[in-house]
Amino acid sequence: MSAAVNQHSVDIALTVNGEPVSRRVEPRQHLIDFLRLDLGLTGSHAGCEHGVCGACTVRVNGVIVRGCLVLAAQLDGATVETIEGLSDSGAIRDLQDAFVAHNAAQCGFCTPGMLMAAADILDHQPEADRAAIREHLSGNYCRCTGYQAIVDAVETTLALRKGVKA
Amino acid sequence: MNELVRPSDLDRPNSYIGRSVPRPNARKLVEGSARYVDDVSLPRMLHVAFVRSPHAHAAILSIDASAAKAMPGVIRVLTGEDISALCDPWVAVLAHLKGMKSAPQHAIAIGKACWQGEAVAAVVATSRALAEDAVGQVEVEYAPLPAVLDMETALDASTPVIHAELGDNLTFQRQHEQGDVEAAFKASHKVIEATFHTGRHTGVCLEPRSILADFNRADNQLTVHHSTQAPHMMQGVLAKHLRLNEGDVRVICGDVGGSFGIKVHVYPDEVATCAIAKLLGRPVKFIADRFESMTTDIHARDHRITGRIGVDRDGAITAIDIDDRTGIGPYSVYPRTSAIEGNQVVNLCGGPYDFANYRAKTTVVLQNKTPTCQYRAVGHPIACAVTEGLVDLAAEALGMDPVAIRRRNLMKDGTYPRVSPAGMTFEGLSHEACLDQLMALIDYPALRAEQAALRQQGIYRGIGIASFIELTNPSPFMYGIGGARISAQDGCTVRMDPDGSIVALSGVTEQGQGTEAILAQIVAEGVGVSMSRVKVITGDTQVTPYGGGTWASRGAGIGGEAALQAALELKRNILGVAGAMLQAEPATLDITGGEVVDKASGQVRMALAELGRIVYFRGDTLPKDLSRELMVTRLFITKDYPFSFTNGIQASGLEVDIETGMVKLLKHWCVEDCGRIINPMLVDEQVRGGVVQGIGGALYEHCLYDGEGQLTTTSLADYMVPMAAEMPDIIVGHVETPTKESLLGAKGAGEAGTAGAPAAIMNGINDALRPFKTRVTAMPFTPMRILEALGKA
Repeated sequence: MSAAVNQHSVDIALTVNGEPVSRRVEPRQHLIDFLRLDLGLTGSHAGCEHGVCGACTVRVNGVIVRGCLVLAAQLDGATVETIEGLSDSGAIRDLQDAFVAHNAAQCGFCTPGMLMAAADILDHQPEADRAAIREHLSGNYCRCTGYQAIVDAVETTLALRKGVKA
Repeated sequence: MNELVRPSDLDRPNSYIGRSVPRPNARKLVEGSARYVDDVSLPRMLHVAFVRSPHAHAAILSIDASAAKAMPGVIRVLTGEDISALCDPWVAVLAHLKGMKSAPQHAIAIGKACWQGEAVAAVVATSRALAEDAVGQVEVEYAPLPAVLDMETALDASTPVIHAELGDNLTFQRQHEQGDVEAAFKASHKVIEATFHTGRHTGVCLEPRSILADFNRADNQLTVHHSTQAPHMMQGVLAKHLRLNEGDVRVICGDVGGSFGIKVHVYPDEVATCAIAKLLGRPVKFIADRFESMTTDIHARDHRITGRIGVDRDGAITAIDIDDRTGIGPYSVYPRTSAIEGNQVVNLCGGPYDFANYRAKTTVVLQNKTPTCQYRAVGHPIACAVTEGLVDLAAEALGMDPVAIRRRNLMKDGTYPRVSPAGMTFEGLSHEACLDQLMALIDYPALRAEQAALRQQGIYRGIGIASFIELTNPSPFMYGIGGARISAQDGCTVRMDPDGSIVALSGVTEQGQGTEAILAQIVAEGVGVSMSRVKVITGDTQVTPYGGGTWASRGAGIGGEAALQAALELKRNILGVAGAMLQAEPATLDITGGEVVDKASGQVRMALAELGRIVYFRGDTLPKDLSRELMVTRLFITKDYPFSFTNGIQASGLEVDIETGMVKLLKHWCVEDCGRIINPMLVDEQVRGGVVQGIGGALYEHCLYDGEGQLTTTSLADYMVPMAAEMPDIIVGHVETPTKESLLGAKGAGEAGTAGAPAAIMNGINDALRPFKTRVTAMPFTPMRILEALGKA
């Protein structure tokens, strides 16, 4: 929040969802609060604020991170992608469609973070089986679904992507 | 019966009822465009953070806020006395729970704190971070008092009384007896006794409790954006305790990030937030952090149950005797009370079985821990674990197969309606059909053969079976008769807009379970339009019909029936207008695919958009006395039965590592009967999510306190929840026994999974451990507890 800026604040310039962003941030501000409060990107959520639940998962320089464990002040020059950016670009439209089709989201609070983690499987583990999918998603807490529908959605998307490539 | 639709019509091939369609409102969830309370910001908005007691029990001697008030951004620091000047305390009792008592509870503690985490002061600042900074600067002087922690000794003469005005620490006690239990035990072939513990746990909604209250002095209007299950109940509570009329309070419930019963209660800090908004005339937001969630969200299921079961030589159950004790924290939770869970244990034990003699007692005591209250499947997981645990022990004592003893004792299909020994009335259950389907799904003989073969190799697998009943579609017998202003009735308004769009406004709420989707299905089916033309609006007390919201698995059965009746009446009204315009008998017309058609031939007679154009813009061309009410409201309340019970059966396939005590879940099955299914996919997902929540309680979740009443599990690193890697795939099957109380015939499905899973897991573990002649009965079944049972810890 602008009222919180003090003399220790840091100027950062970064790219968020393809757009240049320059802000002055407090050294203590986490990335998730920066995205939500300063940039209005409320699609990513703060669930536990201590790095366990994964609701704040976003991409920094192509790697998924916990938005509550990264400081905004560290991100000068970084490239950040959030669920809003991936939705606008259509990069994971197939995965999102599969989540809707399988009802892999109930309350939806975990969903943006879950999609970030799931997209990581699509990019890096195209051969993942159900056990590998479960393992990769085991840092993202979902209280509603029991996870099976999420695993189904990721498995379906992996198969469809393979089919398209083949 | 409705002349337009018979129950069988809902089963027609292209009906929306019974079809797995995706939720129309799921797209926003996957695109990050849902709007939860913390996503809402208002002009001049302030943030509140609470100073919370670090002691389980302590007198508050003084509060010095001078340093906090000097902190940047701090607007106000408020104490319990400050808030009580405009906010009245509450006492959470229900008149039908005879003899129940509790102490007045204030929004912010006055004089003493009764659990670690209770709010003792509020700091209001321009940001949450600044409010939290200043919380650390509020100096509270406490005089610690002895903490009452152990529920077993809470009533001892030597134990301090938490609220002197109550005289003791007993809040509620009930004993029920049907038949002659002692005589039946004497005559039994075997009587088996065991003691069970269901660990204290909590809901862990991923979205923490969240509220944004705004008071407009000019309008005398309190508008509250609230993550809640029951907007109208909250409207009433806030009006009453903040001294407003209900019409001056508007509760808006947007997207809710999980609730599970956690968000159906009145939380003191949330009421305080509303009081502060009223005091300051500005929007005030409170978002709990995870520490606050763990220490101040309601806990549940902290029960010790000693049970006895008597059986004849042939396995017939002769009697069940239950002694339940639970500790609920220092206050009964408003307005549903914290005695319901124990009361449910009395109501539900032995539920699936046909037996004559039943005695059950619950003793509900106060203690200095986080208050407990209703959480998904309220009392069911406890009653089911005890009942199914006892039935398995009886089978073991008789050398009987667990399936055989259940088949011997389950209430027979086709013998309904009937009343259980606990006094519960069952309209129509299907235990035998569910058992048959489960046996076919799991291939029981093959599982047993595999188990026997693997034991030879030192691999210990278990198969756990658990039958259950689930209370759904509650009538006023649940809360209303006890004086709580909680609506068992619900309503739906359905209207047609000029272009043929249909809008449905419902008093039930969306918590992610798919309420809006099933309402869209029902309304589309009832009116005769495509689902894509139906917009469903929930969660705004100023807009929707008055209703109870989401609890006790009532959304489909009660909210759904109101929606169906309103949709059918709208259809009747549309056809009345169409008949006049087309010079046809309305009874010869129908609506399909958004068009008025000739019923016999299916020939299209008129688009709804044309009918809408005439009604809304050229009403002058219609006969003067023609009714053209294209907006209809219907209310529905169950009247024939206090509750609509459902039933089902679960099975767990698991493996116990006898060296590490780890339990590996291999597969889980559930066959359930929730009456007419509106959306099979959504029911399956309710069952799966519920099962996993039950697994959490069985294997991982535990709110642990140290000897001074300090909660030691205040982070998600300390409080274990089920994650993807450990969870099994869950196979779901269905039997459909529609309720005859409604045209729709739907019962609830939200809690069946949670009700039966812990019992199935427990029985599975004990089945695996059987060669070692040991067992576990205290949840959660951690590796340590299993190793202790094996004598290896």
